[in-house]
Amino acid sequence: MSTVTDRTVSTPTPTTRTGVKRSRLLGSRSSVLVLNAISIIGGIGLWWVLALNGFQLPTPPEVLEKGIALAQQGILVEDIAASLGRVLSGFLLGSALAIPVGFLMGWYTIGRGLLEPWIQFFRTIPPLALLPLVLVLLGIGEIPKIFVIFLAAFLACVISTYQGVVSVDRTMLNAARVLGAKDGTIFARVVVPASTPFILVGMRVGLGSSWATLVASELLGAQRGIGARMQAAQIYYDLATIFVGIVLIGIFGLVMDRLLLLAESKLTGWQERR
Amino acid sequence: MSDTTTDRRGATASPKISVRDVKKTFTLKNEEFVALGGVDLDIADNEFVTVVGPSGCGKSTLMNILAGLDEPTAGEALVDGVAVDGPGPERGVIFQQYALFPWLTVRQNVEFGLKTAKVPRAERRERADYFIRMVGLEQFADALPKMLSGGMKQRCAIARAYAVNPSILLMDEPFGALDALTRVKLQEQLLDTWSQEKRTVMFITHDVDEAVFLANRVVVMAARPGRIFDVIDVNLPYPRTEDVRLSPEFGELRNRVWHSVYHQSTATAGSSDHRTASSSPTT
Repeated sequence: MSTVTDRTVSTPTPTTRTGVKRSRLLGSRSSVLVLNAISIIGGIGLWWVLALNGFQLPTPPEVLEKGIALAQQGILVEDIAASLGRVLSGFLLGSALAIPVGFLMGWYTIGRGLLEPWIQFFRTIPPLALLPLVLVLLGIGEIPKIFVIFLAAFLACVISTYQGVVSVDRTMLNAARVLGAKDGTIFARVVVPASTPFILVGMRVGLGSSWATLVASELLGAQRGIGARMQAAQIYYDLATIFVGIVLIGIFGLVMDRLLLLAESKLTGWQERR
Repeated sequence: MSDTTTDRRGATASPKISVRDVKKTFTLKNEEFVALGGVDLDIADNEFVTVVGPSGCGKSTLMNILAGLDEPTAGEALVDGVAVDGPGPERGVIFQQYALFPWLTVRQNVEFGLKTAKVPRAERRERADYFIRMVGLEQFADALPKMLSGGMKQRCAIARAYAVNPSILLMDEPFGALDALTRVKLQEQLLDTWSQEKRTVMFITHDVDEAVFLANRVVVMAARPGRIFDVIDVNLPYPRTEDVRLSPEFGELRNRVWHSVYHQSTATAGSSDHRTASSSPTT
């Protein structure tokens, strides 16, 4: 049956590095966590050392102070709310449309024939490259930003959903048919669950690319948002604020990815892994 | 359970399954490939028929046609005198690759067909549990398929097929992917189940021992074109125990089937190994 799902975007647990010591390291989660901590502390230390030695970087405490100051002024919350609002609405709309469209493409030849050329074409264009056009057509409000994010999420998720539907094991479909299931039932009770792992992988990829698109779209003309804050700080040579922005983008991206990963392990724990 | 028109074995009653001059051709790269070149076969109610033959003899195609998953190019397949048109719950199918739904537990898998038939919840549960017990999986009723061994998966698939109460079971090399020991155990268990819950069974295999051990009748098929080559009656008593398996009568029958399967494969140019031979078989 081999439910080989795309595991490539999965947990980056670095347990299997050295072939020889593999067996000793494998499974010792705590030692990995210790190494993670050492690496993070070391990295911040390196940053600090560089900042103190003539590189034009703010030191970690300066960045932290700046972050606290921004938070106390209420600017930070406003920016985060603006950015998260955009990314979530774009991402949710994109995924919500991608799933039915992906199913349509996978299940019906007509759907595939009509939709696939467009999806394949737009897939090769980074959504940001459409931003100039979108700005001209949709103005400079919220809509163009949400639209490009929507596009980014949609394209990532639709391909993956489609892949999921076409790769449903034929024998499993036949098994459902011989048990008396008609098309509707087969779709709801076999095709949908069987393609869930693919959909979730698509959503994770989509979320990553939404987030990337968001920040870039905010750099191009927005009043609020993490990207806009960084853009404004650039004019005043305010490196600490830029750093605050970078750290926030990283943290939020990571948190959202982990949440989806959690959903994935809850929803697709039935998969056989080898 | 079973139909009203039955009397034990073939002879007088109309056959449960009848295949009438069924042909099936595929076109592969503009070349016509004859999977089945006119097959005739009757199977009586509650009969256990095994089908053996070299790969490419069309035995799976024949089963798919009976299951309603495939359509014959010519001829027809009848079940209870009615032409097969698509799959139906009266014909249960068991696949070599188990085809369990991996996101459902054993019980939910067994209940699948009952749920599509809108059987009420309590009854569904009761019937599922009955068949889960029958195949000895009661301790794993709430386990997901990934927790089960190959043999257990196939037992679950057998319970799932039985649960919708089909009058016919079509089994496509169900034990083909299992190790020898598990295979023998499941064969015995299958006969056990069959003797408790009589069904008409068509069982496809490439294992000659298995074919003889299980069947009332062994159908030997040949390839290119796919056709019935020989039909051998197995007049060994049920229950078939280890003694039966080791008896000289069994050995004799096995040799006959073996000869029938392998003698032909030498005549049909080069498909499998074995003796470089000469004459084409005559039946």
